Amino acid sequence: MTLVYPVQSLAAHPPRLSPAYKSTVKRSPTKPLIPMRHTLSELTGPVYGHETVREGDHDLTIHGKGEPIGERIIVHGHVLDEDGRGVPNALVELWQANSCGRYVHVVDQHPAPLDPNFTGAGRAQTDAQGYYRFVTIKPGAYPWGNHHNAWRPAHIHFSVFGHAFVSRLVTQMYFPGDPLFLFDPIFNSVTDEKARNRMISSFDLENTKPDWALCYRFNIVLRGRNATPMENS
Amino acid sequence: MPQTKPDGITPSQTVGPYFAYGLTPNGKYDWNDAFNNNLVTPDTSGERIRVEGTVFDGDGAPVVDCMLEIWQADAQGRFSDPQDKRALPNSSFKGFGRIGTDAKGAYAFDTIKPGVVPDPDGKPQAPHILLAVYARGMLLHLYSRIYFDGEAANATDPVLALVPADRRSTLIATRQPGNGNPVYRFDIHLQGDEETVFFDV
Repeated sequence: MTLVYPVQSLAAHPPRLSPAYKSTVKRSPTKPLIPMRHTLSELTGPVYGHETVREGDHDLTIHGKGEPIGERIIVHGHVLDEDGRGVPNALVELWQANSCGRYVHVVDQHPAPLDPNFTGAGRAQTDAQGYYRFVTIKPGAYPWGNHHNAWRPAHIHFSVFGHAFVSRLVTQMYFPGDPLFLFDPIFNSVTDEKARNRMISSFDLENTKPDWALCYRFNIVLRGRNATPMENS
Repeated sequence: MPQTKPDGITPSQTVGPYFAYGLTPNGKYDWNDAFNNNLVTPDTSGERIRVEGTVFDGDGAPVVDCMLEIWQADAQGRFSDPQDKRALPNSSFKGFGRIGTDAKGAYAFDTIKPGVVPDPDGKPQAPHILLAVYARGMLLHLYSRIYFDGEAANATDPVLALVPADRRSTLIATRQPGNGNPVYRFDIHLQGDEETVFFDV
């Protein structure tokens, strides 16, 4: 099976210049991007050895000496291509703020406490069906300097590799029903409502672990579709 | 598995200012690197090179919170991916690198000069490295290509031919004077008069 990566699918992405998110103004190109046919360079992508993802990398609650503070959650789902097929062996990297809305990063000076038992970095590889699973802590909302009283809705950053260098995706997963959605220029940079909603995880009661952790499902759809679609496939 | 066909791809969002401890810890954070900026492995054949440069924004200011990823073929023009049927399954050269820019907006990759990769018509492309650029203020990463100074094949490269002649130089890394392994300079301008050519791929 040969996958193709039509540029039409890119319409789901936010425009690079999105002035409400101020940092885009000086960091987006002003000259037209050059269209080109994909060559082998664009259509291939890195593969990883098993050493890239270690046992326990997917569980962000066990990386410290003790348990981190906050609401323990399971975040799981499938990495899919545009036809809905699971993407096997996909590397999924995740980073996030702690339950207080503070990042470990040295530049983050938000006056909320760091948690010595939580760095907020994790890594997983999808199985043969494209399934991945993380255990983590629900991140807090946090203020940022974009405009007066700007707050980011709680989110988890995801970095995902698919079958090709052009299916590479960095995105953010949001939590359902967040009252900050209306006011966030990064979330709203995605102008199509249906596309925007694909960044919101769904509460997954069925996979919640009683007496232990709530569960959220986040399916990630990467570029890539069958070059010659079969009927009834 | 979800039962319904997706109604589209997941939209991109910015990598933000705080990716380093997850994606490029590089000894500064308590997390291991999945990838780094040294692609050379002991069994790698080919010419050792360094590609280095600085990333600039539209004001000409260095971008100090930028992440760069590169993807390239080996010296024989093969990709370390089973989708490339010519690939050597046991080679330890993976062809993928990642680095965050430093406090001056600078970056460097140690790698090998890639070989010739065919275009979809089977015509040779000049040696090139694919580049993806991520940063705070970038809602979607940008793709570019790093070509090399002094390559005769640049003149007939089918992708460079698509680029207006007066902008082609933004895609060609310049060989720096000096002894030892060749060093190529490739600055990245996100915007402005010297704006790097980015591809709609």
